[in-house]
Amino acid sequence: MSATTAIVTRGATGRAATSRRGSRKRISTALWSVLSIALFAFFTFPVYWMVNTSLQPNNEIRGSDIHFWPDNFTLRNYATVLFDPGRTPFAPAAVNSLIVTLTTVAVALIFAFLAAIAVTRFRFKSRRAFIITILVIQMIPGEAMMISIFRVIDGWHLLNTLIGLTIVYVATVLPFTIWTLRGFVNGVPVELEEAAMIDGCSRSGAFWRVTFPLLAPGLIATGVFAFIQAWNEFVIALVLNARPEMMTLPVWLRTFLVANGTTNWAAIMAGSTLMAIPVIVFFLIVQGRMTSGLVSGAVKG
Amino acid sequence: MTTTESGPSPAVSAVEGERIVAPQPDQPRKRRFSRRAGGLTPYYLLIPASVMLLALTGWPVLQLLIMSMQEFGRAQVFGAPPSWVWFQNYASVMTDPTFYEVLIRSVVFAAVCVIVTMVVGTLISLLLQRLPKGFRLLLTVGLLLAWAMPPLSATVVWGWMFDSSYGVINHVLVNAFGLEQFNQHPWLIDPLSFFFVAGLIIVWGAIPFVAFTIYAGLTQVPEEALEAAQLDGAGAFSRFRLITFPYLKPIFLITTILQIIWDLKVFTQIFALQDIGGIRALTNTLGVYIYQVSIAGGDFGTGGAIAVITALILMTVSLYYVRQVIKEEGL
Repeated sequence: MSATTAIVTRGATGRAATSRRGSRKRISTALWSVLSIALFAFFTFPVYWMVNTSLQPNNEIRGSDIHFWPDNFTLRNYATVLFDPGRTPFAPAAVNSLIVTLTTVAVALIFAFLAAIAVTRFRFKSRRAFIITILVIQMIPGEAMMISIFRVIDGWHLLNTLIGLTIVYVATVLPFTIWTLRGFVNGVPVELEEAAMIDGCSRSGAFWRVTFPLLAPGLIATGVFAFIQAWNEFVIALVLNARPEMMTLPVWLRTFLVANGTTNWAAIMAGSTLMAIPVIVFFLIVQGRMTSGLVSGAVKG
Repeated sequence: MTTTESGPSPAVSAVEGERIVAPQPDQPRKRRFSRRAGGLTPYYLLIPASVMLLALTGWPVLQLLIMSMQEFGRAQVFGAPPSWVWFQNYASVMTDPTFYEVLIRSVVFAAVCVIVTMVVGTLISLLLQRLPKGFRLLLTVGLLLAWAMPPLSATVVWGWMFDSSYGVINHVLVNAFGLEQFNQHPWLIDPLSFFFVAGLIIVWGAIPFVAFTIYAGLTQVPEEALEAAQLDGAGAFSRFRLITFPYLKPIFLITTILQIIWDLKVFTQIFALQDIGGIRALTNTLGVYIYQVSIAGGDFGTGGAIAVITALILMTVSLYYVRQVIKEEGL
C-alpha cells in the first residue's frame, strides 16, 4: 500500500514537473518566435527598402518625407533604367551578363564534372596533389591575380570581349565547382555501379545509367553556385570589360554611382532589383540542396 | 562476364607497381578498395580543367611573381621592356607606413566582422532549431533573401539607407527616437562609422551562410547524447559547450577560416561604399589598396608586391584549413 502511494505521488510530482517544464517551454518558444520576427525584419528590410524605393517617383524619395510604402506607385524608374537613351542602357549589359554567366556555368560544369569523376572514381599518381592544388588555389585572393590576369587577357587581345571575361570566370569558378561536385560524386556509392557491372553493364555504361542520374541534384546545385558567382562578379569585370558596350550588370550598376550629387537613387534601386531578381529566384528554388551540398561537399563535417 | 578492367584479374595499373584490386593497408576507408586506376582515363578527364587552371591561374601567378620584382608602370603595359629591380618593390612596400595602416585596418576590420558573424550566425542556427515550423520557415526565407542579394546591390541599398539627407536610418533616428544629432548625419565621411556601415553590410550578407551551415550540422548531433546530458542536469549552455560544440568543431573551424579569408580580401563592399561617399585614403583595405596602387595608380610592380604579400598572409591563415580538410578526407 505504501509502495503504491509512493508510486502515485511520484507520478503526480512527475506530471507537475512536466507541465511546469511545458509552460516554461511554451513561454520561451513564444519569446524565440518574437525574436525570429525581429531577425526576419532585419534581414529583409534592405531588400524591401530597395523594392519600395524603386517603386516611388524620384522627386518624392528626395523630399523631406520618407515613404515607408510606395503610396505614389510608379513604374517610371524601371522605364528609365530599361529605355532612357540618356543613360548607359540596361539591355546590352543584361545580355552580356547572361551570355557570360550561362557560358561560364555550362563550360565550368562540364570541365568540373570530368575532373570530379577523375579524382573520385580513379586512383592515379598525383591525384592527391591535384586535389590539394584545387584547395590552395581558392585561397589566392582575386585582387592579387587581377593585374596579371589583365595582362594575360590583354596579351591574347581579349580585353573588352565576352570571350575573355568568360574564360577568366570559368577558371575562377572551377576550383570551387570541382570541389563541390567531388563531394556529390563521393556521395553516390561505387557499389551501385559495381552492381550494374555485375549485371552486365560496361564500366562507362554503369556510370551513365546509374551514377549520372543520381548526380543531377548535385550538378544543379553546383551550377547555381557558379551562376551566382559569375552573375555577381564585379572586380574582374570592372578591370577587363570597362567599355560601355561590353559591361556586365554589376559594372553597369556602378556607373550610376560615379555621377555623384545628381545620383538617381530611384533608378539605381530599380536596377539593383532587376539585377537581384534572377539570383533570388535561383536561391529560393535550390536552397535546401545548396546547404546540404555545402555541408557534404565543401565543408564536410 | 564483361571484359572491362574491373574484373578480379591482377591487372597492373598505370601507376607503377600498383595492383588495381590490391588492398591498401594505409587507406582506412573501405571505399578506396573499389577505386580503380583506369589507365590513362583519369588523366584525359583532367585535361580540360588543368589546361584552364594552368593558363589562367598558374601562368598569372608566375607573371605576378615576376612583375613584383620589376619596375613595371604604365609604360611597360604599353610595351616598354621592364627592368629588374628584384626585391626593391618589396622593400619599399615594407618600409611604407601606409601599407601597415592598410594592413592593420584590414586585419582589425576582418577580425571584428568574423567574430560578429560567427557568434550571431551560431546563435541564429540554435534559434532555428528551437523555432516552431512556421517561424522557422519565416526566418529561413529572411536569411535566404539576404544571402541571395548580390554584394554590389546590397552595398548600394545599405548606402542609400545610410544617406545623410534622404536615408531612412537618419530619418528614423531623428523622428522616432528624437536623436537630433543624426539630422543630416554623414555616416560615410568618418572612417570609424564608414567601417561600421561596411561591417554591417558584410555581416548581414555573411550570417546566412554561417547560420545555415551550422544549422545543417546541428541536425547531425546525436539526440541521445543531448538527452543524456539533460538528464544529468546540464543546462542549455553547458550542453552546447560540452556536446554540440565538440561535435561540430570541424564545421566551426572551417566556416571561421572561410570567413577570415573572405573578410580579409573583401573588395566589392568597401569599393562601392567609397564610391557612395567614403574617403578612399582613410578607408582602404588590402584588396582595394592593391587596386588603387596598381590599376588606378599605374604602379603594377609595387601593386604586385602587395598582392604577393597579401596572398602569402591568406595562405598562412588557410594552411590550417587545408591541413584540416586533408586530415578529414583521408587524402
